[in-house]
Amino acid sequence: MARAATTTDAFNAVAEPRRREILELLARGERPVNDLVARLRLGQPQVSKHLRVLREVGLVDVRDEGRQRVYRLNGRRLKPIHDWVKRFERSWEERFVVLDELLEELKGEERGDDGDGE
Amino acid sequence: MTAMANSGTAVVTLPTDTQILITREFAAPKHLVYRAWTTPELIKRWWTARRGEATVAEVDLRVGGKWRYVMVTDGGFEVGFHGEYREIVENERIVSTEVYEGMPEGEALNTITFTGTGERTKLTILVQHSCREHRDAHIESGMESGLQDALDLLEQVAQSLG
Repeated sequence: MARAATTTDAFNAVAEPRRREILELLARGERPVNDLVARLRLGQPQVSKHLRVLREVGLVDVRDEGRQRVYRLNGRRLKPIHDWVKRFERSWEERFVVLDELLEELKGEERGDDGDGE
Repeated sequence: MTAMANSGTAVVTLPTDTQILITREFAAPKHLVYRAWTTPELIKRWWTARRGEATVAEVDLRVGGKWRYVMVTDGGFEVGFHGEYREIVENERIVSTEVYEGMPEGEALNTITFTGTGERTKLTILVQHSCREHRDAHIESGMESGLQDALDLLEQVAQSLG
């Protein structure tokens, strides 16, 4: 079976826990590299390496502000991943909606109702 | 369809590279959610989400006991799952393995917990895969049935036009 988008770059980029942490930090607003280094408690070279991967796949953008490099999240590139999980979520929700109805019926039985309709 | 104003909405997250976490609240007491989850006749009613017919729902609810569910979609596509119970705490928790028969090498360990008091239950399903590839394939396969639905629908529409 064809294995769709999971192996595309953006998916691989977010598979790394540290890179996900970076994205979570950037989701709250743009940050300079130093700030990310301090918050992640990682060495500057490692953070830079992760940022480079994220930049290459377009998940983050960078701009220079004086002597600082400031990173921000590019949410648009995260959307395919978000959609991927959302579709899976929806397929479970379809199941749960049916389960809700069944549970109403079981509750009715426990109360001793004979069930009036659905 | 009756409106279920008080129930929640499923939330899926990926806590680590190898896990899937599904959570959902129900407007029913724990023992009923547990019953619906573990009784074959009831499983057959909700598990397919009305996408097809559940042809098999076998539940040998004891540690070391096996389970197997099979559904046939309206388009004739058969999907089977099976596994073994590892831990059972009535109305509280079920730990079991799960294998999607279309991908037998990808065995997962599921921890299902039922928490809450009174008329509300929070259900959590933590799916632990052995590697990210299997976890991702699991999410993919969850959508293949959705694709199958779309194809089935397309077929119906095509037939109605013919």
